[in-house]
Amino acid sequence: MISAVATALGAATVAITLMSGGFTAAESASASGTLIDAQIVEVYVFLLAAFTGFQIITKVPPLLHTPLMAATNAISAISLVASIVIAGSERPLYINIMGAIAVAAATVNVVGGFVITDRMLKMFKKTEAPK
Amino acid sequence: MNPQIGALFVQVAYIAASAAFILGLRGLTKPDTARRGMQLAAAGMLLAIIGTLLNHEIITYEYIIIGLVVGSVIGLPMGLLVPMTAMPQRIAVSHMFGALAVTLVGIAEFLHYRDVPGGPGVVKMVALGFETIFGALTITGSFMAFGKLQGFISGKPITFPGQKIINAAIFVGAIGLWIYLIATQSGGPGAGADNGVLLFGLMTLLALVIGVTLVLPIGGADMPVVVSLLNSYAGLAASATGFAIGNNILIVAGALDGASGFILSILMSKAMNRSFANVLFGAFGGEKAAASVKSAEGLTTRSISAEDAAMRIGYARNVIIIPGYGMAVAQAQHAVRELAELIEKRGGRVRFAIHPVAGRMPGHMNVLLAEANVPYDHLFDLEEINEEFHTCDVALVIGANDVTNPAAKSDPASPIYGMPILNVQDAEQVIVVKRGMATGFAGIENELFYLEKTSMLFGDAKGVLSQVVSEIKGL
Repeated sequence: MISAVATALGAATVAITLMSGGFTAAESASASGTLIDAQIVEVYVFLLAAFTGFQIITKVPPLLHTPLMAATNAISAISLVASIVIAGSERPLYINIMGAIAVAAATVNVVGGFVITDRMLKMFKKTEAPK
Repeated sequence: MNPQIGALFVQVAYIAASAAFILGLRGLTKPDTARRGMQLAAAGMLLAIIGTLLNHEIITYEYIIIGLVVGSVIGLPMGLLVPMTAMPQRIAVSHMFGALAVTLVGIAEFLHYRDVPGGPGVVKMVALGFETIFGALTITGSFMAFGKLQGFISGKPITFPGQKIINAAIFVGAIGLWIYLIATQSGGPGAGADNGVLLFGLMTLLALVIGVTLVLPIGGADMPVVVSLLNSYAGLAASATGFAIGNNILIVAGALDGASGFILSILMSKAMNRSFANVLFGAFGGEKAAASVKSAEGLTTRSISAEDAAMRIGYARNVIIIPGYGMAVAQAQHAVRELAELIEKRGGRVRFAIHPVAGRMPGHMNVLLAEANVPYDHLFDLEEINEEFHTCDVALVIGANDVTNPAAKSDPASPIYGMPILNVQDAEQVIVVKRGMATGFAGIENELFYLEKTSMLFGDAKGVLSQVVSEIKGL
C-alpha cells in the first residue's frame, strides 16, 4: 500500500509540475514561456536519470548490494551543494546557520560515504592464482 | 571572475559530475571495476563542490567552512573506523544525515521565499513540501532503524491497538497540510493573518512522527526492506530539492539514489515473498508464533559434538556453507573462513550460498565474508546455487533459519509459504550450527532441523567452529 501511495504521490508531483507549468505560462504570457521550458526540462532530467539509474542498478550483482547502498548514499549527499549556497549567501543569520548544519550533515555523508565504500570494495577479492 | 564565465564553469562542473556519478555506478556492476568507478564518482563530487564554491551568490565563507570542517571531523572516523560488522547501523545513520541536510535545505528555502516577492510558485512549493515531508520522516525513520539495529530499541515489532488508524491519520494530516500550503503559500506570504510558518512547522513535525510510527512495528529481520526503502526516500527527497532550487545535478543524483533504493526494496520484498505493505504494516511474527509451536511436539532433533562434526566435514568433498544473521551476531566470519580454507587444503570444495535477505541489509553476508578474506568467487546467490545442493555432501548452516525452512515450499499454512528458500534439505547431510532451539524471526519451527539427515551442533558459532577447525586439524 505504501508503495502505491508513493507511486501515486510521484505521479501527482509530475502531473502538478506539468499543470502548474502550464498555468504559470498562461498567466505570464509576456515572459515568453521561459519558466515552463525550464520546469519541463527538469522533469525530463528526472525521468531520464531515473530510467538510467534503473537500467544500471538492476545489473549490480547482489554481491555488491551493500557497497551500492553506501555509494548511492554518498552520491545523493550532493545536497551539499544546495546547503553550501544557503550557508554562504546573503540571508538572515539563522538561515545561514541552518545551512551550516546542513553542510555539516551532508559532508559527513560525502566524506564518510566514499571512504567506507572504498574500504568495502577493497575487501572483495578473487581467489588467488594457485601457488 | 566574469560572472558569466563563472556560471558556465559551474554548469560544466555539474554536468561532468552527473556523468561521473552514472559511470561510477556502472562500475559497480562488476567487482573488478567497482573501486575505480567509485573513485571517479568521488572526483565528480569534488568537482561539483568546487564549482559551487565559485557561485556568485555566495558572499561569506565562514559558515560553509565551519560546516565542512565539522562534517569532515565526524565523517572521516565514521568512514575509516566503523567495523564491517556495524555496517547496517552505519548505513541507517548515513540515511539520517542525508535526510537531515535535505530537510534543513527545505525549511531554509521555504523561509527564504517569504522574503522573495511573488513567493516560490506552485512547482517549487510542491517540491519543498515533498522534500521536507520525506526528508523529515527519513530522519526519524532511519534513527529508529539505527536504534533497532544497534539494539537500544527492541528489535521486536512494537504494536498497539489502533496503530494503523493512527498512522494513517497522521499521514493524511501531513499530506493535507502540504496541499493547504501549496494552495496558500505559493504566491508568498498572504495579506492579513499569515500562519504559513506555523503550518509548515506542523507539517514537518507530523512527518517526523510518521518516521517513528512507520518503523516501530517493523521487526529486525525485516530491516533489509526498511533500510532500502529509507534509502529510496532519502534519494527522492534530494531529487525534490533539485526541483525546489532549480538544480539539475541534485535531480540526477537524487533520482539515482531513489531508483537504487526502490530496486533494492523490491528485491528484498520478493525474497521474502511479501509485499511492501505486508512488511510495513504486517508486524510479522506476533501472534502467529503461538499457533505453530505445537507442530514441533513429538519431533526430535539429533545433537552432535564438535568432534562428530569435524569428522563429517573433514572428509567431505563438496561442502556448501549457508551463513545467516547468527554468523554476524557471533562474529564468526573469520572462523568460517578458516574452516573453509582447511576443507580446501584437504582437497574438498567449499561454496557459500547467500540468501538475499540473510542478515540485516542487502548484501550483508557478502560484506562480512569479504572482510574475512573469503574470495568473492566462492559466494553464490540463491538462483546460482539452489540446484547444486543435491550434489553436496555436507550443507553447513551457520546461524540461518527461516531462509532454509522447507515449509516455505511444502506447507501452504506456513506464514512463510511461498518465500524462496535455499534447498538445503537436498544435501546428503545437513549440519546446523545454532545457539539453541529458539525459532527464527518468523517465530515458526523449521522442519529442516527435524529431518533424519540433519544434525544440530549447538553453541556459539564462533566458539564451536574454532573447535571444529582444531578437531579437523587433528584428523
